[in-house]
Amino acid sequence: MPRIRFAQALHDALAEEMRRDASVIVLGEDVRCGLMGITTGLVDEFGPERVLDTPISEAGFTALAIGAAIRGLRPVVEYQISALPYVAMDQLVNQAAKLRYMTGGQIRIPMVVRVTMSGAAGGLGAQHSDHNYPMLAHMGLKTIMPSSPADAKGLLKSAVRDDDPVIVYEDAKCLSVRGEVPEGDYATPLGRAEVVRNGGAVTIVAIGHMVHEALRASELLDREGIAAEIVDARCVLPLDTHTVLASVARTGRLVVADDSNSFCGFAAEVAARVAGEGFGLLRAPIIRCARPTVPVPFSPPLESAILPSAAGVVRAARQPMEAHMPAGKGADGCT
Amino acid sequence: MEAANVPARTKLLQAHGLILLRRMLLIREFDARAGELLASGEIMGEIHQYIGQEAVAVGVLAGAGAEALVGSTHRGHGHLLARGCAPRPMMAELYGKASGYCKGKGGSMHITSLEHGMLGANAILGASAAIAVGAAFAEKTTQSSRVAVAFFGDGAANQGVLHESMNLAAVWKLPVLFVCENNQYAISLRADHGLSVRDVSSRAAAYGFDGRSVDGMDVLTVYEATCEALRRMRTSSLPFLLEAKTYRYHGHFSAEAAILKHPYRPEDEESVWQRRDPIARLRGELLAHGFVPQEELDALHGDVRAEVEDAVVFARQSPPPSADEAFTDVYATEVAGLPDGVR
Repeated sequence: MPRIRFAQALHDALAEEMRRDASVIVLGEDVRCGLMGITTGLVDEFGPERVLDTPISEAGFTALAIGAAIRGLRPVVEYQISALPYVAMDQLVNQAAKLRYMTGGQIRIPMVVRVTMSGAAGGLGAQHSDHNYPMLAHMGLKTIMPSSPADAKGLLKSAVRDDDPVIVYEDAKCLSVRGEVPEGDYATPLGRAEVVRNGGAVTIVAIGHMVHEALRASELLDREGIAAEIVDARCVLPLDTHTVLASVARTGRLVVADDSNSFCGFAAEVAARVAGEGFGLLRAPIIRCARPTVPVPFSPPLESAILPSAAGVVRAARQPMEAHMPAGKGADGCT
Repeated sequence: MEAANVPARTKLLQAHGLILLRRMLLIREFDARAGELLASGEIMGEIHQYIGQEAVAVGVLAGAGAEALVGSTHRGHGHLLARGCAPRPMMAELYGKASGYCKGKGGSMHITSLEHGMLGANAILGASAAIAVGAAFAEKTTQSSRVAVAFFGDGAANQGVLHESMNLAAVWKLPVLFVCENNQYAISLRADHGLSVRDVSSRAAAYGFDGRSVDGMDVLTVYEATCEALRRMRTSSLPFLLEAKTYRYHGHFSAEAAILKHPYRPEDEESVWQRRDPIARLRGELLAHGFVPQEELDALHGDVRAEVEDAVVFARQSPPPSADEAFTDVYATEVAGLPDGVR
């Protein structure tokens, strides 16, 4: 299997889907040149009618994509940073997420919203560093965040083929990750987590680049005799609780590694589900390794103080090993 | 030829007057009855009555033709009825019944019939106009000749997404007829207290296309202006902004009078506008020209009332949706792991 970069895998998924289905179009700011290299070159093959540079009008072009999707196109919208969904919040939450329901199922909105460069690429300050992937899932929008090139390609293809709006978060810290990608056409189903490392002591559920942080952490934990099992959630919604519970059944301990705000966040949802459906499996309190809920500061030492990392995952994973139910502190273990 | 000497308005009146009158009457009777049912507590929530504005929906949609795709608003009953949607499933939707156009999940502000080309009725001001631009984009992309009609009001005229959409529609040369129904008030804010310009249509110039303001209390004027706007759109390949100056006789929503301590409209304002009532005007012209006898007009009014009453009976007798229905129609592609309610 060829080894390619994550960004290339996303490009290949878009190109293959556009070749397969003439109703797929790509629109957003600077998509013809493609600042991250993901959409670069698509205009040469598919023409300016299907690859559209938009004015700086996130609300307007998101609404346009919704209208076009209702009429049968499959628009793929790009936001260059994760702050831009805030600008188009009405279109995403009130329109894309609700119109099908409000019309009693009369309409379908088969659109994809790619939030690229999501998270803290480093040194970009509070308005370019959020990693808000749980936000739209809270309102019922399907939301995915792959960690590997193979999943980036396979999940984006599934998103394009899905008949609902799907939000695809492209983690800034994954864009240059290299990995093997299967040859030929394949689509990875939404809503299936994957065990990416086996271990019997503690389950670490991770998503996006935190999968890689968790993998680094697991090597350090090995030296301490803690064998971590790592589950890549891959999707926020649909959420594969089944695979998580099966892993917790083997380990009895759970850490969730989530580079988003901890308050009302993804880790909280995973923790609530495991506590609710698998309480009897747990031998220690569930630990969240997530961002404290503050704006991301610019200063490098401040920034690194709040962002989850492999070291934070290590610290988090030690806690359930030391704790004994029911005396666990249950506190955030990361920072 | 004798016909050449007949004024264009008279020809329009003779050809289309009766059907236009029927549609306007149906809107007025439907919304009047719906208002009564709401006040009596028989239906829940709120309705935004279209009464007073009938000439706009009826004139625009008659002019735009049956193929046009329509973005409607929270005050959308008039758009649907003007489009030929049926009173029965509309009334059933107000009752929240399973036989409603949206199975009771939408309610008054969201009644939609996609098969009639209605793209949705939206309770967020300006939102449906922006979506209609997307529909026009899809039509252009697939080389269809259909146009989109984007209704909005004087309130939504100040909404950011609408301006973004007008710019996009112009830059991409999309076949969108923007229709501003200026009914003089954004809830309680007088239009001239919220608008930087006297005529909303003048804003079209900012986006490089044409606009025109017309008397929205006269259905034939609105019809003619719509036909002319569509001709202009075909030759220019650009959108058009039509502003219809009109007036809503009732409050922003039906229970408004009951909760507002101080009326925001001058006492005599409604009666001034009522003197230009679009239904009375068209009726009077049809009679004056002898195109329709009085008895036929009376019978027509009776027919319309009966049709509305039939819709009420239908809605009352329809079964409510089963509780399971709260969990359907959320997703088109269902997979495991979606939220609790999804089956």
